Amino acid sequence: MTGMGGRQPVEPSALEWDRPSAARVYDYYLGGSHNFAIDRAAAEEALRAVPDLPQMTRANRAFLRRAVRYCVDRGIRQFLDIGSGLPTVGPVHEIAPEANVVYVDSDPVVVAHSRAMLGATDRIAVLRADVRDAGHVLSSPEVGVLIDLDRPLAVLMVGLLHFLSDSDDPAGVVARYRDAAASGSHLVLSHATADGFAEPWATTARVWGLALRSHAEVTRLFAGYELLSPGVVHLSEWRPDTPQDVDKRPERYTGYAGVGRKV
Amino acid sequence: MSRPAKGIPEPRRRHLGLAAAAGSDTARGTRHGDGRDAFALAWADAVVGTSYVSMSRTEVEEHLRGLTDRLAEALFTEPFTADAARQVGAAMVGAHFTGTETLNRTIALVADELPLRLGLDRSTPWRLSALQGALAAGYAEALRQRTLDEQEAISQAVFVARDQAEQALRVSEARFRAVFAEAAIGMGIADMDGNILDANASLLDMFGYSLEELTRRNVRDFMHAEDAASVWRLYDELVSGQRDHFRVEKRFERSDGEVIWTHLTASLIRDDEGRPTYQVAMIEDVTDRHLLQDRLRYQALHDPLTGLPNRALFLERLAEAFDSAAEEDRIGLCYLDLDGFKVINDSLGHDVGDQLLVAVGQRLDACVSAPGRLVARIGGDEFIILMERSSSTRDVVAIADHVLAALEAPIRVREHELSISASIGLVERSIVGTTPADVMRDADITLYWAKADGKAKWALFDPERNAREVARFTLSTTMPAAIERGEFYLDYQPLVRLCDGQVVGAEALVRWHHPEFGLLAPDRFIGLAEETGQIVPLGRWVLRQACHQARLWQDRFGSRAPFISVNLAVRQSRDPGLVADVAKILADTGVEATRLQLELTESAIMGTADEPLDALRALSAMGVRIAIDDFGTGYSNLAYLRHLPVHELKIAGSFVEGLRASASDGSHVVDARIVGTLVSLAHALGLGVTAEGVETADQARRLDDIGCDSGQGWYYARPGPPERIDHILSDVR
Repeated sequence: MTGMGGRQPVEPSALEWDRPSAARVYDYYLGGSHNFAIDRAAAEEALRAVPDLPQMTRANRAFLRRAVRYCVDRGIRQFLDIGSGLPTVGPVHEIAPEANVVYVDSDPVVVAHSRAMLGATDRIAVLRADVRDAGHVLSSPEVGVLIDLDRPLAVLMVGLLHFLSDSDDPAGVVARYRDAAASGSHLVLSHATADGFAEPWATTARVWGLALRSHAEVTRLFAGYELLSPGVVHLSEWRPDTPQDVDKRPERYTGYAGVGRKV
Repeated sequence: MSRPAKGIPEPRRRHLGLAAAAGSDTARGTRHGDGRDAFALAWADAVVGTSYVSMSRTEVEEHLRGLTDRLAEALFTEPFTADAARQVGAAMVGAHFTGTETLNRTIALVADELPLRLGLDRSTPWRLSALQGALAAGYAEALRQRTLDEQEAISQAVFVARDQAEQALRVSEARFRAVFAEAAIGMGIADMDGNILDANASLLDMFGYSLEELTRRNVRDFMHAEDAASVWRLYDELVSGQRDHFRVEKRFERSDGEVIWTHLTASLIRDDEGRPTYQVAMIEDVTDRHLLQDRLRYQALHDPLTGLPNRALFLERLAEAFDSAAEEDRIGLCYLDLDGFKVINDSLGHDVGDQLLVAVGQRLDACVSAPGRLVARIGGDEFIILMERSSSTRDVVAIADHVLAALEAPIRVREHELSISASIGLVERSIVGTTPADVMRDADITLYWAKADGKAKWALFDPERNAREVARFTLSTTMPAAIERGEFYLDYQPLVRLCDGQVVGAEALVRWHHPEFGLLAPDRFIGLAEETGQIVPLGRWVLRQACHQARLWQDRFGSRAPFISVNLAVRQSRDPGLVADVAKILADTGVEATRLQLELTESAIMGTADEPLDALRALSAMGVRIAIDDFGTGYSNLAYLRHLPVHELKIAGSFVEGLRASASDGSHVVDARIVGTLVSLAHALGLGVTAEGVETADQARRLDDIGCDSGQGWYYARPGPPERIDHILSDVR
């Protein structure tokens, strides 16, 4: 749930520094301190409506960890993490230290922080870009240096595409990255949903401008990918480390997750 | 002791219970690894879910197992020090076990489970307390540090991002500033009150002001007297926020007073709330282009020789006059053509002719020039004067007189003193019901009339004359088709022998039953047919029709049948095919030549050419009778008459008129003598005499007394259909 989709202009105006940032709210839910009072106020406000938000955030982050490991186990050594957010707890390069990683986010603060945290390294790069601008991302020097598009890579869109409205054509966005990727590449995707949940989550999501999508809609985003077992499932149901890790009511985390492999 | 840790959720109890049971199997106080495993497991159970760490469950257990070892080391190391617990607290924060509940459960677990699992000597509870304290302190210190670090990091990130954004903005601003400063187009910014705030070099250059001078001024100071009203209306709409931009062509006055022409684009700049904040003007100097256009337009609309407006400009102004006219407005045109200009041009050369035209143009301009009037050279030696909003025909007549007078004085061109005159066609009328094309055409026609009427005159357009001419023109163009369509027919008027009243002949008279103009007498179309040459085919048709009728009479009445008399126009008499035509028609209809009489006017017979006479002689030789029509009205060479192949004289009705008894002024006596003399003359020459225009019995008697042979006129019968002749002849029988 990072990087306010592509809704920001190229350069934020002075006013936008005073707005809560999705990335920093996310960090707050993860127990971090990379946030400001304005972020915490927004986070607490949301918590009043949806008390499970921190658990959802953690479940999402845990899915990222498991999925990256899974990709590594399947031989993937290059990751394009779009909407990467603040790289505070368990960023991709820590989960897969042997891989090349390009982080992409549209939030200039996220990009500045990521660059500061990561320092000088020849395996990791941070790119400021909008997920919708696939051409810009794929032709960027960062991707050019670190990612060999002729070899399988993993495209991570974790908690990202619900920031895109239908008019942004999220399926088309996914397809542009898919078309550029070699066969054997993976798509790691999680997405907020209202399935199994009525108010107040849907209301909150609306306030935030999130596009909640159904199981079928999320599944369709994997067009051109072979959905790997267990398919599109609730966050905690996706290849849990132990059976106990699956929540008794996995749907309360209101997110779907899945990993696909390009045929 | 297996008391569950306080606050540990129910599902975790099971693990703790198991761990406690396992622990109870091991000896209290041992350092056996199983105890540590069990504690680590219990610890993991207690804290999982209270913080987010990027580890799997197994990894968490392994991590905590390591920390358990360190706690155990600390507990049993002599001399005792709790420093290791401090490090454990810090390590937990390092692994992101940052949730407050994590610390709570950890402290509780250390108190409740650690002694049990590690077989801690109950005699040293203070060590446990020290351990808890150190762990909490280490945790707190690390968390504080981590919080500060993260706060610092995120603040730094914001600073960096903002800095980059501002840098980008500065670059962008610098770029825009450069665009503004360096743009070739003039740009200026003003507030909503019109106070000029900034302007670029191009604009300063264009206006000739310094920035300081310009910023002391207001947009409205740049009103120009000749600005279109719409410019400032648009401006008012802009500054009132009703309009976001407009484009106009506008004049500005430079600081040195020079006027420049510009394309001005003005735009409104609104703030984030949509309130008008600034106005921006972009001004392009198009003076050169404008002047060029002006010059080109001037050239396109003026005669290069005289400098007067040309036909194009005249027609433009004429059209404008019509477009802008009110209903009661009138308009006048004087269409002027120099008399005999061609002669001057041909004899003295084009150069002199051109200079003459220049001089005429100047005189016309001088005597006509006034608002609403325009003198134009239409072409060649033709000029035209447009009078907008004339008050009456007197206006154009006055102008025409003025112009004719102005041209009276000789014009000196080099060594030549040239006396010239002009003919002028005048049209003056109300604008309602007419068009520019109408007045132009009528002026042209009227000029033609003026020319035809004699030089140095004006003629005023006469709608009736025009209508007649139009009708004439229409008739001439429709005549050929009219012959084919059978629109012509013949009436016949009897020729009567005076001594006994017998009908001896009939004159064929052509009529035209025109579909538009109705029944037309010969005087309406014969002259026209002569002009156009249509008389030849028409005359041939008349001859054939008349002969056809003569044949019918011949068949019906035999020797009593009347001869037929047909008029022959001048042009017909000169037609080379005349004799052949007559012969063929006589042959075709089977009419004896002696039963045909051809009537010619004096001028047709007395003409100078010999050819007509040859034709007449040939006709006469065939036996065709020749009569002179309207005798006495021309100037017949009486001496010559005897040499002509003529058989009959028809005395014009004007002489016969005088024979009426009612004439009291004595003129009848003169006319009687003239008629008597003519009859004597004719008889002396062996010619017969027919009197035309016999209207009364008295006239008929007198003519008979004088010795006239035949008569024709209303007294006997008006011209009519051939059946009327039939009746007369039948009645006589």
